[in-house]
Amino acid sequence: MSNIRSAFENGKAFIPFITCGDPDLETTAKVVRAAAENGADLIELGIPFSDPTAEGPVIQGANIRALAGGVTTDKVFELVKELRKDVKIPFVFMTYANVVFSYDAERFMARCCECGVDGIILPDLPFEEKDEFSAVAKQYGVDLISLIAPTSENRIAMIAKEAEGFIYIVSSLGVTGMRSEITTNIGDLVKVVRENTNVPCAVGFGISKPEQAQAMAAVSDGAIVGSAIIKILEKYGKDAAPYVGEYVKEMKEAVAKA
Amino acid sequence: MSQSKGRFGVHGGQYIPETLMNAIIELEEAYDHYKNDPEFNRELTELLNNYAGRPSLLYRADKLTRELGGAKIYLKREDLNHTGSHKINNVLGQALLAKKMSKKRLIAETGAGQHGVATATAAALLDMECVVFMGEEDTKRQALNVYRMKLLGADVVPVKTGTATLKDAVSEAMREWTSRISDTHYCLGSVMGPHPFPTIVRDFQAVISRESRAQILEAEGRLPDAVIACVGGGSNAIGSFYHYIPDEGVRLIGCEAAGRGIDSFETAATVNTGRIGIFHGMKSYFCQDEYGQIAPVYSISAGLDYPGVGPEHAHLHDIGRAEYVPITDDEAVNAFEYLSRTEGIIPAIESAHAIAYAMKLAPTMDKDKIIIVTVSGRGDKDCAAIARYRGEDIYE
Repeated sequence: MSNIRSAFENGKAFIPFITCGDPDLETTAKVVRAAAENGADLIELGIPFSDPTAEGPVIQGANIRALAGGVTTDKVFELVKELRKDVKIPFVFMTYANVVFSYDAERFMARCCECGVDGIILPDLPFEEKDEFSAVAKQYGVDLISLIAPTSENRIAMIAKEAEGFIYIVSSLGVTGMRSEITTNIGDLVKVVRENTNVPCAVGFGISKPEQAQAMAAVSDGAIVGSAIIKILEKYGKDAAPYVGEYVKEMKEAVAKA
Repeated sequence: MSQSKGRFGVHGGQYIPETLMNAIIELEEAYDHYKNDPEFNRELTELLNNYAGRPSLLYRADKLTRELGGAKIYLKREDLNHTGSHKINNVLGQALLAKKMSKKRLIAETGAGQHGVATATAAALLDMECVVFMGEEDTKRQALNVYRMKLLGADVVPVKTGTATLKDAVSEAMREWTSRISDTHYCLGSVMGPHPFPTIVRDFQAVISRESRAQILEAEGRLPDAVIACVGGGSNAIGSFYHYIPDEGVRLIGCEAAGRGIDSFETAATVNTGRIGIFHGMKSYFCQDEYGQIAPVYSISAGLDYPGVGPEHAHLHDIGRAEYVPITDDEAVNAFEYLSRTEGIIPAIESAHAIAYAMKLAPTMDKDKIIIVTVSGRGDKDCAAIARYRGEDIYE
């Protein structure tokens, strides 16, 4: 069992997502520390990809800004290694299969292990393709996080049975981005997951407001927020850290009420 | 244990979000059922023959043969199909399949606009809604096709992200599909993307080599020595190659868009300059940097301006069954003009890449040898761009 479990031992979890290098790595480091100090239980760190097909316009923008600033996979590893000196909460990478594949999956997982990354989310790697990465991830103690979508239906049990770390429940159809309303019955999805595993479930996609986070956390083990945080970075750029900290504090308080 | 499907050697697979998995499985099951259904095949043949104008001609290009002074050249005339390219072969098949699956809406990506026009056409004929995603850059290069799609009743969405070309149109169509699945079929235009698309599109395009094989046996009493086709994603090429793959004596040659040259950064020659990766649902060859960031590619041809290639082509390359050669913008434009003058056939700039290689290869072969070149589409759509390339401004 990895360190990820600890993120779910402090009440319902709040999980912010940050694209590494948006607008630069120094800002990312400040934002990660601000999020950790203000109650984030786990941080999802995005390694930028040129063509993020699961992302809506907000996170696409963050990817473009980060790559334009010269961020590479190696620089992201260096950042994590540095952050690990003082930040203790679990880190999970979120990137695309080609970023890991082209780095060489084994070399990538070994670096994760060395730098203190606890898990990885690859949105373009469904259950059917995971073996290629999961064996080597396991070898280096990195949890390959499984996703469950509103369309998963008959696939939920199969995915849940092999899940590690936590399960990322995709709240809505479509790509990442803020939504005024989440119509999927998350409670029903979680119920099927629970019948098959005790791995915790966190809900993401479309959450931006405290009430949404509270509602999602009430029927699961935590809430994940990406686009709303990237919006703060978009607005404040290099000065974003205190604003992100403030937002994380508010969101953690909301999920704690759930 | 999970089970990866749709492999061509190490290539292929299904690298897509979980949200799409059940839709992809539903598509695979429907296709496996209908591909052997006599009624489905009767309807499709009816559409191909009486609507799209198949079989397409295998034209013996005597003048071209004489001028080049070597192998005898036949042209497989996919440009004569309704809508002006080979794209209609696949679209009629997929649209009919979607209709059987009770889908009401077709979405598609398009580069040059030929696949978008074909999809809009099938949607009009079969009473379906249609939305086509097209890179903004390409909507400018191919303004005529944008107008055709609108005329046919489709919505054309200009895609502004990334390089605003074909790869971005594919990404945006995939994003749209994840947000609206139940009534929508993604009518993918090439032998790419997640399984089962590379197989479905290949099967629907294989009509090209099924016909050409029978036609050449009828005309010459033997198989050709080489088959040449242009390759972007590779749908007309795989269709042109497929029924010759077991015939080891037939050289299969795919022509990639080298843009300003394979030593420049402005190229789209994936097999020649790319390396193995995972993108747009498949494992295959991609133009990318050392960290796996997909490269911004370039070709004069909007239809070949794609950083990847279909997984079956990647496999045919790996096992040495097919060759993939780079053709530059300059060579393609010369071939575009040359075929127009010698045979009175204006090829699509995509197809001109195949003609360009035939112009190099034919003179090196004996006169008793035979080459079949697929003219995948007609070149009306390219006239304004080629005129511009030659420094002449014409108004469409």
